[in-house]
Amino acid sequence: MELVNKNHSDVSGIGRKNKKEIGRHGNLHKIIKNWQLYILVLPALIYFIIFCYGPMYGVQIAFKDFIANKGIWGSPWVGLKHFKNFFQTYSSRRVIWNTLNLSLYSLAAGFPMPILLALMLNEVKNSRFKKIVQNITYAPHFISTVVMVGIILIFFSPTGIVNQLGKLIGIEPTMFLSKDYLFRHLYVWTGVWQGVGWGSIIYLAALSGIDPQLSEAATVDGASRFQRILHINIPGILPTIIIMLILNVGGIMSVGFEKAFLMQNSLNLKYSEIISTYVYKTGLINANYSFSAAVNLFNTVIDLILLILVNKISKSVSDVYLW
Amino acid sequence: MAVVKETRGDKISNFINYILLSLILVITFYPLYFVVIASFSDPALINSGKVILLPKGISFVGYRHILGDPRIASGYLNTIIYTVFGTFINLAVTIPAAYALSRRDLVGRDTITIIFIITMFFSGGLIPTFLLMKDLSLLNTRWAILILGATNMTNIVIARTFFQSTLPLELQEAAKIDGCSDFRLFFSIVLPLSSAIIAVLALFFAVAHWNNYFKALVYLTNEKLFPLQLILREMLIKSEFDAQMILTGDTSNLNEQLKIAEQIKYGLIIVSTLPIMLVYPFIQKYFVKGVMIGALKG
Repeated sequence: MELVNKNHSDVSGIGRKNKKEIGRHGNLHKIIKNWQLYILVLPALIYFIIFCYGPMYGVQIAFKDFIANKGIWGSPWVGLKHFKNFFQTYSSRRVIWNTLNLSLYSLAAGFPMPILLALMLNEVKNSRFKKIVQNITYAPHFISTVVMVGIILIFFSPTGIVNQLGKLIGIEPTMFLSKDYLFRHLYVWTGVWQGVGWGSIIYLAALSGIDPQLSEAATVDGASRFQRILHINIPGILPTIIIMLILNVGGIMSVGFEKAFLMQNSLNLKYSEIISTYVYKTGLINANYSFSAAVNLFNTVIDLILLILVNKISKSVSDVYLW
Repeated sequence: MAVVKETRGDKISNFINYILLSLILVITFYPLYFVVIASFSDPALINSGKVILLPKGISFVGYRHILGDPRIASGYLNTIIYTVFGTFINLAVTIPAAYALSRRDLVGRDTITIIFIITMFFSGGLIPTFLLMKDLSLLNTRWAILILGATNMTNIVIARTFFQSTLPLELQEAAKIDGCSDFRLFFSIVLPLSSAIIAVLALFFAVAHWNNYFKALVYLTNEKLFPLQLILREMLIKSEFDAQMILTGDTSNLNEQLKIAEQIKYGLIIVSTLPIMLVYPFIQKYFVKGVMIGALKG
């Protein structure tokens, strides 16, 4: 506000006018005065309107039978036909179940790990060792999904390094990739491997914000390391944990297309077909545009509801919330 | 600091902590290390479990095939184009918008912010976006890859938070009183003071471009435009090699060809990830900084 007031009184000289008048003409005046700021924000605004709100307008084809030469607006309305069709197919239940399963499993395994790693790293006094662990564990984050899946396929093949190492300690080789029920475990734990270090950064930052005097005082009072972690460190990073949890639950139905799609093969489809891969195949491969858009919309809406719900719950239970 | 002596319990837990972290270190590091040594070891020795800690039967056949493959060269070139120009577009759209939104005297700031934030939580989805790109005649053009994702609210928020917390308001006021326009303020005062955030965002965007395959999968069918990741998908995951690529060596039987294919895969992982891994040690702290700024938003 200071910037505005100064401008008015010193530069444009309208400081002497009474407040009411400024209120009435002030906004228009400020808009004209700051026109260059609007130019700066314009490219982003245009981008969002065309490439984010454009598709939002197009999402109406989920309630229509899309006919290419009639366009989005001209195609006939069919109400909830595509949604009904989706829920009547056998695959719908399987696809929704797979999606939920994969994402809850990922959350259960992948969410606590970075917190644990951060708590462990926080206890390390040797700063060189700490740096080495951090640098190495952050690195897998930068491996692309294609390369990551490539590594999985090579490592877990019958003659791959995982089976070779198993042989060294006397474990019979396993056909990891052709056993469909192993898909989930492979998907989730390679995800943990790739993301645990990077995920710990935010908690390490939160931990470094805790007043060290608290820990020192507790130690003087005879608290053990475990007690200090439980009563000082964990409560200290709890707001961060809750915010991360809200964001994660809000994305529960949006299990990444990229990795699941690349890890899919004809043998594991029973477990690996999730909503996003199903949308891709029905929509772009089979050109069932309206049906695919409906499935996608269902997914988006569930995510949105979950996000709002979790945010509400968190708001009433604790005082941490997104909005 | 160390006024209080460590108890025995503390010593034991300390020891366990170091052991566990060392274990995590090994589990993370070994796979990366193995890919490197496997890329120039004899595939026969790898498959029989002889290559565990050190490379054996050193041969660079895989790399020779990779370097001689025109598809990989073209993929590499395309990826460089997408990364360089894509990142430039990202910054040109994101940074100015973030600066404008950091100014409290921008009338309508809240409305614009809400319009932007909604895009974080709701989207039209794959098919409506695809149809839009089709209507705009952007399918099968480089523009599809460059423009889609030109900015996103998460990164705008990171940059806006940076501007709000580091640029002294007095400086901006002083400049405006001296008759400096908003453009000049932005280009000659704000930008030079913001190299840290520009570097962070450039790195975020560049890595995303380098690693992206989804956009290319959906919007490109012309192989000449394919980025490296899409070529990699065909070779690493679908195991589709040009027959010529493998046959050029003195390889007469199928078994030999498969072995070379294996070595090519390890080599591909290295060649495609090398640029990021080479700059990683230098840029790592900037990434961390970016995550921290993002965490401070409020």
